[in-house]
Amino acid sequence: MQELITRIKELLADKTVDRAIGWRAGDLGYNPEPAYFNSVEDMDNFVYDGFCGANLSKMMIEAAKLEGKTLVCLKPCDTYSFNQLIKEHRVDREKTYIIGVGCKGKLDPRKLEELGIRGVTTVKGAELEGDCETLKFDTVYGEKECAYSDLMLERCHVCKGKEHKVFDEVIGESKDTSTGDRFDEVAAIEAMSPEEKFAFFQAELSKCIRCNACRNACPACSCRKCVFDSNKFDSAQKANTVSFEEKMFHIIRAFHVAGRCTDCGECSRVCPQGIPLHLFNRKFIKDINEFYGEYQAGEDTESKAPLTNFTFDDVEPSIVGERG
Amino acid sequence: MPINNEEFRPKIVAFCCNWCSYAGADLAGSSRLAYPADVKIIRVPCSCRVNPMFILRAFEKGADGVIMCGCHPGDCHYSTGNYYARRRMTLLFSMLDYIGVEQGRTRVEWVSAAEGVKFSTTMNEFVEKIRSLGKNVRLEDLRCRN
Amino acid sequence: MQRIGVFVCHCGSNIAATVDVKKVVEVIGMEPGVVYAEDYQYMCSEAGQEKIAAAIKEKNLTGVVVCSCSPRMHETTFRKCAEKAGINPYMVEIANIREQCSWIHKDMEEATKKAVILARAAVAKVNLNTPLQPGESRVTKRALVIGGGIAGIQTALDIADAGYEVDIVEKTPSIGGRMSQLDKTFPTLDCSACILTPKMVDAAAHDKIKIYSYSEVENVSGFVGDFTVDIRKKARYVDMDKCTGCGACQEKCPSKKTPSEFNRGLNTRSAIYTPFAQAIPNVPVIDPNACIKLKTGKCGVCSKVCQAGAIDYEQKDEIITEKYGAIVVATGFDIIKLDNYDEYAYSQSKDVVTSLELERIMNAAGPTKGHLERLSDGKAPKNIVFIQCVGSRCSDNRGKSYCSKICCMYTAKHAMLIRDKYPDTNVTVFYIDVRTPGKNFDEFYRRAVEEYHVNYIKGQVGKVAPQPDGTLMVHGVDLIDGKQIKMEADMVVLAAAIEPDPTVRKLATMLTASIDTNNFLTEAHAKLRPVESPTAGVFLSGVSQGPKDIPETVSQAGAAAVKVVGLLAKDKLLTNPCTAQSDELLCNGCSTCANVCPYGAISYEDKLINDHGIRETRRVAQVNTALCHGCGACTVACPSGAMDLQGFSNRQIIAEVDAICR
Repeated sequence: MQELITRIKELLADKTVDRAIGWRAGDLGYNPEPAYFNSVEDMDNFVYDGFCGANLSKMMIEAAKLEGKTLVCLKPCDTYSFNQLIKEHRVDREKTYIIGVGCKGKLDPRKLEELGIRGVTTVKGAELEGDCETLKFDTVYGEKECAYSDLMLERCHVCKGKEHKVFDEVIGESKDTSTGDRFDEVAAIEAMSPEEKFAFFQAELSKCIRCNACRNACPACSCRKCVFDSNKFDSAQKANTVSFEEKMFHIIRAFHVAGRCTDCGECSRVCPQGIPLHLFNRKFIKDINEFYGEYQAGEDTESKAPLTNFTFDDVEPSIVGERG
Repeated sequence: MPINNEEFRPKIVAFCCNWCSYAGADLAGSSRLAYPADVKIIRVPCSCRVNPMFILRAFEKGADGVIMCGCHPGDCHYSTGNYYARRRMTLLFSMLDYIGVEQGRTRVEWVSAAEGVKFSTTMNEFVEKIRSLGKNVRLEDLRCRN
Repeated sequence: MQRIGVFVCHCGSNIAATVDVKKVVEVIGMEPGVVYAEDYQYMCSEAGQEKIAAAIKEKNLTGVVVCSCSPRMHETTFRKCAEKAGINPYMVEIANIREQCSWIHKDMEEATKKAVILARAAVAKVNLNTPLQPGESRVTKRALVIGGGIAGIQTALDIADAGYEVDIVEKTPSIGGRMSQLDKTFPTLDCSACILTPKMVDAAAHDKIKIYSYSEVENVSGFVGDFTVDIRKKARYVDMDKCTGCGACQEKCPSKKTPSEFNRGLNTRSAIYTPFAQAIPNVPVIDPNACIKLKTGKCGVCSKVCQAGAIDYEQKDEIITEKYGAIVVATGFDIIKLDNYDEYAYSQSKDVVTSLELERIMNAAGPTKGHLERLSDGKAPKNIVFIQCVGSRCSDNRGKSYCSKICCMYTAKHAMLIRDKYPDTNVTVFYIDVRTPGKNFDEFYRRAVEEYHVNYIKGQVGKVAPQPDGTLMVHGVDLIDGKQIKMEADMVVLAAAIEPDPTVRKLATMLTASIDTNNFLTEAHAKLRPVESPTAGVFLSGVSQGPKDIPETVSQAGAAAVKVVGLLAKDKLLTNPCTAQSDELLCNGCSTCANVCPYGAISYEDKLINDHGIRETRRVAQVNTALCHGCGACTVACPSGAMDLQGFSNRQIIAEVDAICR
């Protein structure tokens, strides 16, 4: 982390960049938050550790409108989102200085609860040094510890790899933390009966409080004005009382980002209700891969997106019934 | 044939492109090829005009089945519209299947202006399918039930 | 809120017999926004239109719903009517209660209920309609005719005579088409070449006509009045300006083994060739697949003998880009491949020929110099059997479902000519039906039977079996006598079905012109607009639209020309106002819409936007309404809903959905 802070200070000092986007420490040891750093002095509370899960690429949409160059810290998976934003003309590469920051898997503080770790005062082992194998906690109930991977976000268990797709320089080491196939969860749902599927999603989506956290965090969901807030479809300002509203919202949200979603997992990470929203996006990704060939949004900035492309021999929609 | 009030009469929305399918429906009409009155057609310029939001909206408002018809691949009046529509609908239908909506509530059929028979047959089949599936309860908004 | 009038048409009894129109009027009258509703026997009639106009004025209507036949039928009629009465024509919507209601339902209660729902959907839509203004686009005063057969030649001549420039693109080395391959023409029996070649010469000599022979249409962009077409002029390897057409090159060419396309492969031609003596232009082409020089680099005989120095082995294909206001498709036909009809032994015996091959055999310039002879041994046939409907009127997938229309007449012609020239020859025709409507056609057929004693047998042939002695055993059935027939023949002629030239498919895609299941181009209206494609600015001439004989082709060619002239006579066209429109305040500038637009109608510009007080420069989409066709692909691709389609807006369609599901 020290190397990163020193380098950012350098770049701010020599006016290579006018500001930096990174994370600053929160009130607890495990809740850092995204922040702008406008000067060397600002950098005092800069932090980068295993809890810095936020994908900062989306912040560049607004930052690109500011005078001068902005430095942004992007983890390997965040760079896909940034590429996608370049492709959609939402960010300005020329006005961005990308430091590819090392990543060895990001942590989900909500899992502390699940592991029975409460009243945490300090955390050790999240500094991304060495192999990141164990986390140690001082809590009001005494010392606790757990494996680093036990606290990792779901998305990190299906890590896309340690390579940064776009950067000006890379600081820190990264590790591929993948342990499984990212489509396993989707496949498990696909194998259910329609009743089970419906019950599963009904249960999950009924938790939705339409707080729009998923929409706000999602780098692909970056419309100036969301269709659910505009009068274009008569779909705005509806009460959040019954079942369909959430289905409509989440299906359409996933559809609007289909072929553009890089599977960064921010939607699920930020959902205060813990709804596994990535299951929608990942279903589309899985279908796109199966129907139209492997496609990773954000892998590059040139390729044609699956929904703005076609071939004469594309599968017919009846495939949905035919494949059982 | 008198209408039995007990019998389930589904609400079915059919989106038809102006150039092929709508004309196919007209041909079915002028050839007197009957299909159930449950089907109501909405004319759109092209299948690529059909937004997934329209389909979900129909279900939300209580439709029991939604079918989209367009020109055959390769015959789109706008050259490429139905290709985009095909991908969009494939993904949407797959998603609906994934969240547990019964397969068969949605359908895409390519119907040319010359295929009055196909239009009628398709609609008969589709209505039959929806009748067998019964009322759409998984996607409707309960507030819209009347 | 709109003030909507609803007009329910009885269409005589077409609607009123199944839909309770009075009930529809009563129920729809209670719909929000509807201030007036009435029914009338024929809304499209002058009296009906007057009723609409009167109501618009008296009731101050702002919108109109007509419950009638399909909008494809009378939408324009009612729009014009509304416009005359003082409201914007796009404030009219049609509820299709004939084709999609009264004609397909029997139960009155059910049909009435549906009619009401359809009317409601239309009212819901009109509630959200806005007045639309068409834009203007210019007209390039030049026409393109694709295909240089009799259809294309006649269309081009008629357009040119009206004073407009016209280009003919013909894929073979010469104009003339199928008609140039025919020997005589029915029902007058005049020689095909005698009536065709003067027209070919007229076309070539006309100062308004330019012929691109040995050329193909490569790409078409643009729209009615303003098409841009890329024409590939294939390399001829002969300089058209230098060649004098002396023919020395063809004579001396050592490569003479290529089957002659013009003679249907019945004899061969040289590698450098003109398809036939009267070819226009009379400039040969070198077939690169046959030419020794082009294949091996050695030879060059033609170059040596050409005194004009016209041979150019280095010539390359050339792409010519031209602008046109109208395009006529006159791509004609070919006969079907007979692979599915092995029972007629076409591939096994040289003496089983198609009618088109017989034309070449009977022609003085053909492979047998006009002598009727068996191709196997050169002997004169004594017994000839004609088999009709080979691949026509076919109920299975082997052939075509349609009647090829010309076969009955040309077979009568062949039979008559043979009996006239070779009275010793017996001629038998197996037919399903003899169809000879047309001026002097049935008389012609009867002459074949009565004067020339051609033996017509109603019945199909099951099999043609080549015998060891070289004759052909024809196994047929006589349906009238109910007898099996075995008949020895020494020549069998197959009336093979005709089908659209295979190139038309690709062409139709380029033109975005629709095509039916048989690859015939579709007309804008089968009865009322038979020479226009539904794609504006594209016209149909000849067999590309459907089977027809020469007189019909020529009349259709003239009709197509009149339509073209009618278009070219205008200086400006009004464009369809139902185009996409981008809401700058909502546009993300992501280019997704531009990526799906088939017409390149969307561009982006950096624009200073005032978004509720926030002033910033944003990249926003702009739609060129002259290029936009209004398909709506962009509207769905756009995630923010910034892109919407006028006349079919998101809210309008949703209002229809809601009305139907209510």
